[in-house]
Amino acid sequence: MSAKSLLQLKKIGKVFSRGTIDEVKALDGVELNVNAEDYITIIGSNGAGKTTLLNVIGGVFPPEKGGKVVVGSVDITNLSEYKHAAYVGRVYQDPNIGTAAKMTIEENLAMAILRGKPRGLRAASNKQRREEFREALSPLKLGLEKRLNALVGTLSSGQRQAVALVMATISRPALLLLDEHSANLDPRTAQIVLELTEMIVKREKITTLMVTHNMELALRYGNRLIMMHEGKIVVDLNQEQRTGLTINDLIEAFEKASGSRFNEDEALLSR
Amino acid sequence: MGVVGNVLSFSLYEGLVFGLVAIGVYLTLRVLAFPDLTVDGSYTLGGAVAAVLIVAGLNPFLASLIAAGAGFCAGLITGVLNTKLRIPALLAGILMMVGLYSINLRIMSGANVSLLREVTSFDIIADFLGMRSGSIFVSIILALVIVAVVFYILNWFLRTELGLSLRATGDNEQMVRSLGVDTDKNVMLGCAISNALVALAGAIVAQGQGFADVGMGIGMIVMGLASVIIGEALFRPKGVAWVLIAAVGGAFIYRLFITIALRIGMAPGDLKLITAVLVVIALAIPYIRKKARREWIPPAVRW
Repeated sequence: MSAKSLLQLKKIGKVFSRGTIDEVKALDGVELNVNAEDYITIIGSNGAGKTTLLNVIGGVFPPEKGGKVVVGSVDITNLSEYKHAAYVGRVYQDPNIGTAAKMTIEENLAMAILRGKPRGLRAASNKQRREEFREALSPLKLGLEKRLNALVGTLSSGQRQAVALVMATISRPALLLLDEHSANLDPRTAQIVLELTEMIVKREKITTLMVTHNMELALRYGNRLIMMHEGKIVVDLNQEQRTGLTINDLIEAFEKASGSRFNEDEALLSR
Repeated sequence: MGVVGNVLSFSLYEGLVFGLVAIGVYLTLRVLAFPDLTVDGSYTLGGAVAAVLIVAGLNPFLASLIAAGAGFCAGLITGVLNTKLRIPALLAGILMMVGLYSINLRIMSGANVSLLREVTSFDIIADFLGMRSGSIFVSIILALVIVAVVFYILNWFLRTELGLSLRATGDNEQMVRSLGVDTDKNVMLGCAISNALVALAGAIVAQGQGFADVGMGIGMIVMGLASVIIGEALFRPKGVAWVLIAAVGGAFIYRLFITIALRIGMAPGDLKLITAVLVVIALAIPYIRKKARREWIPPAVRW
């Protein structure tokens, strides 16, 4: 029995600076079928097209003509960015992007809970919502549920990223995109944020795509692993195929599939 | 009433009316992070529209409301220039300010319109209170009622879902968009509300002084800025309500200084320079402080 398909990418291409000397084929006919509740880690060297892929799914820019992004049964390819929000939650590498610094935790979450919904003239927050926010924050065990009135700008970047994570998931979007969301944090905080991610993804059963530079992370988390190279998916391993693999196995698989040497010190060295 | 009482009550009236401008400037500059220079034009626009309509025999309150509506439209266009045509905020405001100059001349069919023989909002209020028309007390009552209504509405609005997303837009536009809000619309709405308030102030002032003049809005943006900065420095406001009060409070302090300056014999023509210098000083202080503390200072913003 095959699992329910949640996200379909068809013939996704993206060319930057077309017709100039700087022309780059960032994405080249990417085909991907993501099942509901999949947690896919995406790995690849700089310029492989990982972030471009997330940008297309998140609607920052549309793919080249002929490409199609379908979530569930809805074609969201040509919707503007803000309309993608109803389907896609996203956490960025920089915690400053995912949260509003001059607003309180409560105000940030009050913004996030209405993801993709029309905003009217009702009060932005109330007792019931505050309770909801506390419930969403308390599993983080960072004590943020007691600091709803704290300005987000006064939090540490780890705390901010945790808030960003809660903001991306509190309204239960169909899809969660993580764009190297632990890369800017110190190792310990990164670990905490990754564990929080795991917990939230499991609990809310959100279909997740996580981009990372870090092979170890790519192997440790998720149930499916994708490697990208020059705008294409070159390795695609399911849970079974992935089990027991080492970083060296991954590099070998990559070199065999892409026909080029794996040349990414950063991915090897970073942990 | 002695001299002090005179100065205070006059400043109070002006502080309240120009408090509307300060709130407008606050909305664009601080809430949306959109330095909107349309203000100079939309203030005159408000005065011009109200004056012409009152001369044509319209109820002065209705005329003032329509003037605010005209300001709303002007701000809306500024927002469209910025969000839909991607014209930088400062330039969009300057273009509107220049364009409105011609429009204001057209509306008034000349450089000014006199209201001296017309019945204004002030006369109606004076009549209602059974007081002498032109009394400063009447002016204060009228201004106070208007500011109170505006305060009440904004204090409510900025806490609604829509108002919150407006405030967030100025803080982190990318985040707001990624949460499914059309931030372009928010910017347009914010500019529109701001300029509606400014135009309302222009309409009230024109009625108070008995004429609308094409030059009445010159320097209004700097005055609004000065009020916002003074308000923030003195009241260090936290939360929506206090921020609004600080804007009006800042306008009062500012007008108090101006009134005193005039009393001690400074030439009215010099006041704009003094205001400009005041704003320069206020803007430079944080920079000089940082410099003294040897902190890192980001490069100057060009747009």
